[in-house]
Amino acid sequence: MTNSTTPLPRLYPGMNLGETDPDTHEAAEELVFGFWVFLMSDAVLFALLFAVYETMVNSTAGGPGAAQLFHLKPTLIETLVLLASSFTFGMASLIMKFKQHVVLLQIALIGTLILGVSFLGFEISDFAKLTRQGAVPQLSGFLSSFYVLVSTHFLHVLSGCIWILVMLIQLSVFGLDETVKTRLLRLGIFWHFLDIVWIFIFTFVYLLGLL
Amino acid sequence: MIRKQAFINCHFLIPVKAALRVFGLALLLTMGGCAIQSHGFLQPAGTIAVADRRLLIEVVLLMLIVVVPVLILTPLLVWRYRSKNTLSSYHPEWEFSLWLELLVWGVPVLIVAILGYMVWVKTIALDPYRPLKSVEKPMEIQVVGLDWKWLFIYPELNMATVNKLVFPADRPVHLTLTSDTVMLTLLIPRMAGQIDVMPGMKTQLNFQANHTGRYLGENTQYNGTGFAQQKFTVLALSPNEFSAWVGQVRRQASLLNQAAYAKIAVHDIAQHPIYFSSINGFLFESIIARYHGRPEIKAGTEKTRTTATGTNHDL
Amino acid sequence: MISNSYWNPWFGKLTLNAIPTDSLVAMGAASIAVLGAVGTIVLITVFGKWRYLWSEWATSVDHKRIGIMYVVLSLVMLSRAVIEAIVIRLQQAVSVNHSGFLAPEHFGQLFTTHGTIMIFFMIMPFLTGLINYVVPLQIGARDVAFPVLNSISLFLTAAGAFLIMASLVLAPFSTGGWTGYPPFTGIEFNPGVGVNYWIWSVSLASIGSTLTGINLIVTIYKKRAPGMRLMFMPLFTWTSLCVAIMMIFAMPPLTVATALLALDRYLGMHFFTSGAGGNMMNYINLFWEFGHPEVYIIVLPAFGVFSEVFATFSAKALYGYTSLIVATMAIAVLSFTVWVHHFFTMGQSANINAAFGIATMLIGIPTGVKIYDWMLTMYRGRVRFTSPLLWAIAFLVTFVIGGLTGILLSVPPIDFMVHNTTFLIAHFHNVIIPGSLFGMIAGYQYWFPKAFGYRLDERWGRIAFVCWTAGFYLAFMPLYVLGLKGMPRRSVETFQSSFEPWLLVAAVGSLLIAGGLISLGIQLYVSIRQRDRARVAAGDPWDGRNLEWSTSAPPPEYNFAVLPHIEGRYPFYQMKKLGHAYPQQKTYQPIKMPKNSGLGPTIGVASAALCFGLVWYIWWLAIVGTAVIIAAIIVRSFNRNTMRVISVEDIEHTEARWHAILAAAVPVSRDQENVPANVGLAEFMS
Repeated sequence: MTNSTTPLPRLYPGMNLGETDPDTHEAAEELVFGFWVFLMSDAVLFALLFAVYETMVNSTAGGPGAAQLFHLKPTLIETLVLLASSFTFGMASLIMKFKQHVVLLQIALIGTLILGVSFLGFEISDFAKLTRQGAVPQLSGFLSSFYVLVSTHFLHVLSGCIWILVMLIQLSVFGLDETVKTRLLRLGIFWHFLDIVWIFIFTFVYLLGLL
Repeated sequence: MIRKQAFINCHFLIPVKAALRVFGLALLLTMGGCAIQSHGFLQPAGTIAVADRRLLIEVVLLMLIVVVPVLILTPLLVWRYRSKNTLSSYHPEWEFSLWLELLVWGVPVLIVAILGYMVWVKTIALDPYRPLKSVEKPMEIQVVGLDWKWLFIYPELNMATVNKLVFPADRPVHLTLTSDTVMLTLLIPRMAGQIDVMPGMKTQLNFQANHTGRYLGENTQYNGTGFAQQKFTVLALSPNEFSAWVGQVRRQASLLNQAAYAKIAVHDIAQHPIYFSSINGFLFESIIARYHGRPEIKAGTEKTRTTATGTNHDL
Repeated sequence: MISNSYWNPWFGKLTLNAIPTDSLVAMGAASIAVLGAVGTIVLITVFGKWRYLWSEWATSVDHKRIGIMYVVLSLVMLSRAVIEAIVIRLQQAVSVNHSGFLAPEHFGQLFTTHGTIMIFFMIMPFLTGLINYVVPLQIGARDVAFPVLNSISLFLTAAGAFLIMASLVLAPFSTGGWTGYPPFTGIEFNPGVGVNYWIWSVSLASIGSTLTGINLIVTIYKKRAPGMRLMFMPLFTWTSLCVAIMMIFAMPPLTVATALLALDRYLGMHFFTSGAGGNMMNYINLFWEFGHPEVYIIVLPAFGVFSEVFATFSAKALYGYTSLIVATMAIAVLSFTVWVHHFFTMGQSANINAAFGIATMLIGIPTGVKIYDWMLTMYRGRVRFTSPLLWAIAFLVTFVIGGLTGILLSVPPIDFMVHNTTFLIAHFHNVIIPGSLFGMIAGYQYWFPKAFGYRLDERWGRIAFVCWTAGFYLAFMPLYVLGLKGMPRRSVETFQSSFEPWLLVAAVGSLLIAGGLISLGIQLYVSIRQRDRARVAAGDPWDGRNLEWSTSAPPPEYNFAVLPHIEGRYPFYQMKKLGHAYPQQKTYQPIKMPKNSGLGPTIGVASAALCFGLVWYIWWLAIVGTAVIIAAIIVRSFNRNTMRVISVEDIEHTEARWHAILAAAVPVSRDQENVPANVGLAEFMS
């Protein structure tokens, strides 16, 4: 940037680095905004999958429906695990902003990664259980839409985990430089977004399905 | 060419009714001269088509209020303000006038308000699901779209035809439609508008022929190589002719049962109409129900399966 | 053509049978595709241009180069789709009570590729290319917000186009139309690979457009030159902003629709199947939640071009700037509320149809306002009949006819009569050809001198214009008549002798349009040959009003040596008026620009491989493609050396050269716009 005037305090939803690292804050402006726009389009994608699911929730074609297939306990555990991972990511963000300590940050990220991977593990075991019951996505429109909605979220969490892994390595290689920081900012938004999407899945798919 | 018409009146347009007729004629002529008389809903043969044509003319006339000024003013403006013409006024920074702005927004808003009202009234009045007003009970006909032919079942007469739809003129007809293949659309251009038919679902269409005659029916939704040939004959007959025709079909002893249905349901074109003098309980509903059963799944499951409804009706 | 059970681990279902040897027409098309590809490769090799193409174009992340590549891609695809249109028209003209020269299966592929190419690989790349080139210049930016992402978008679109081209040689393509309605496109009714081609090529284009949308939104919101408020932005930038926002919301439905259709086909799921709880109406809704906004995505940029063209060639401020923006925004919002009008005939209640019919008509209001605002822009102006303006006038007159028939189609009872007939075909060509394609061509001719530094030949431009407009009227007005007579669209043959004359006229019209396309080619050729007599290096050949004309032609890679400070609308006009259009800077700062990147082409090739593998069930290829994409992104994320600095000396040198041209240039009046004396310096007109 060539203009030497004092930058305006720009605020956007999510973590702002303005107070502790004004340069990165300035650089993050476009990147984080762009990422929000991307998430908006991703949110539209999920909204459509929800809509498809809602229209097909009764299209069981004589097969099992939500009430027969879903169980509250495992999904509640999954929800808590994912919420916990959001908390650990929140810790990571605070460490990045106020402590700027690479190892602590890595520990918080590893915690998040472990929780994320266990969430994936729980989901895989859920899918396996359903498959053993014969409730495969080929059985009915309802099951197709259920599997696709939940596994789209699954794939998002999986890419989030790969992203965390890459950032862990980058933290070791580059330390906490501007690029790493702006990426962690975006990763944070992504991770919390997935958490919110899961809350919707938990509510509209599992809780309403079991009602 | 304007026949006895069952106008669905638009009260605010009554004063211009005479003008409408003249304009209507002019419109028809500009839109295609005399050749157009031979097909399509501009030469309607049914009450619905008559109303649709009238609506078409009204909407075109209303729209011309916006369109004609553009067609006239654009060449005039372009010519008057051409750069060679240094006599015309030139205001390079003029960019706003409140009055023009009000006009530019106001006229379209007004026209759309009128059109919107018309759309609301006419869409409900001409809803394909709405039974036509008539002293007579509508004739019930069930339609099954196939690749690449149409099956018409006459439950009241216990008979069926392929690629030939026959009914008495001046009596309402009520079609209940489904498809036993992909999505299709049924259109009888001179009679009534299109309605989609989809497997496992039912749609409806009401219409009435104003006079006897032979018309064309067709599928307008692409469904593969035989699509262009998926046409059928529509015959609107006088009551006497109709009962004679029914008698004629009855004399052919052919039964529509599962086996016969399987034969006509194959992907092929029907070169000639086919007649079934008896359907013997063959159920239109069973064709729909077939799509509501449970599919075959290879993955093993110990859960009890509900019987697929509709596949084993005794035919 | 391909037996279903056959599968080989190396080639999937691909066998030599895929080459369409059974049809002469298809074989001819395949040969042209192969010869074209081989010829291009040979020519590049002979002239030794591989390195140049790789380092200057393929890996370039300069928005101007990417914009040009988009337009080139679009013109190549336009040529193919126009040829297909002619074949379709000829077939219909000779197939009244006669089977014609095309097999129904081949005819089905033709109308499907024609529609798919025109929408996804012709008009979308064209408008994306123009926006890419022009918007950063108009807002006083040095590049888009995410230059590498921009390159990725381009190559994703190119990969989709590659798939469609490959389907000529390794046939068949889908016969499901550009809308691909299931269950016809489901595995039960279309077990071949044709629909797979359609799904993956469209998906690639759709993802590319989503990324473009994100990029443009951030560019326009965040990268405007200091002082440029939103309400100072040129109309083209405004329409681009609306389009970008619409892309963000409209592309995901398409991605979801094609992805779910793919899951039905590949994994036996039941989203859109008949039976087992599938619901084909979901697809139709999803598709048109994309499809209707898409209509305005392709029309609005052209509206932006016309706004620029009318103002420039009337030598006057745009009438109703605010009105035009409000109208654009209104269209963008309303376009998401009308999708049901694409299937009024599906049997929903009359109230729903009426509501969507009225919503559709509401769009007529802002559109009408725009038309009159453009007319009022010419009012009390000084109108010059250059090629871009001719297209704009043809648009005005022709588009209102399309608008009229559009209102007709928005009335459900009338729609019931003409839906799915050639009336519908005539209507949407009547809207899209003048409303979008004419706009794109006008924009191409308007900004060409900016991009390449010389004007296009005016005479051939006019010939092209006459051919296109006359051809358009001849080709599509008969289809209105035929539609009213009840001729279904997509008919390989018809059985009413009275259709014949109309179809013959339409065929002649399509040949005239081909003449128009050829004229555009000749125009380009002639212009390149005569470029030395048409140089406009000073940069302002049309007496432009917006910032893009304040740079040299072609602009330097950094666009603006010093970012301009904006104080109002039409900044360049204001600068010229105040007499300081070309300020001499005393000092420059070094400029940081992104380095070239191979990420875009890598992802493009890998995604083409991935999708080709999916089309033919060649799993190893699909896996390799996916792995390469993921690896390329991760490797790129470790690259810290992504920027380079343009030194002050380089900038001084470039700017000095341009200022020398400016100093030597003689300002010309508007009468001399198309003579060699016009070197791009405009006499101020008052």
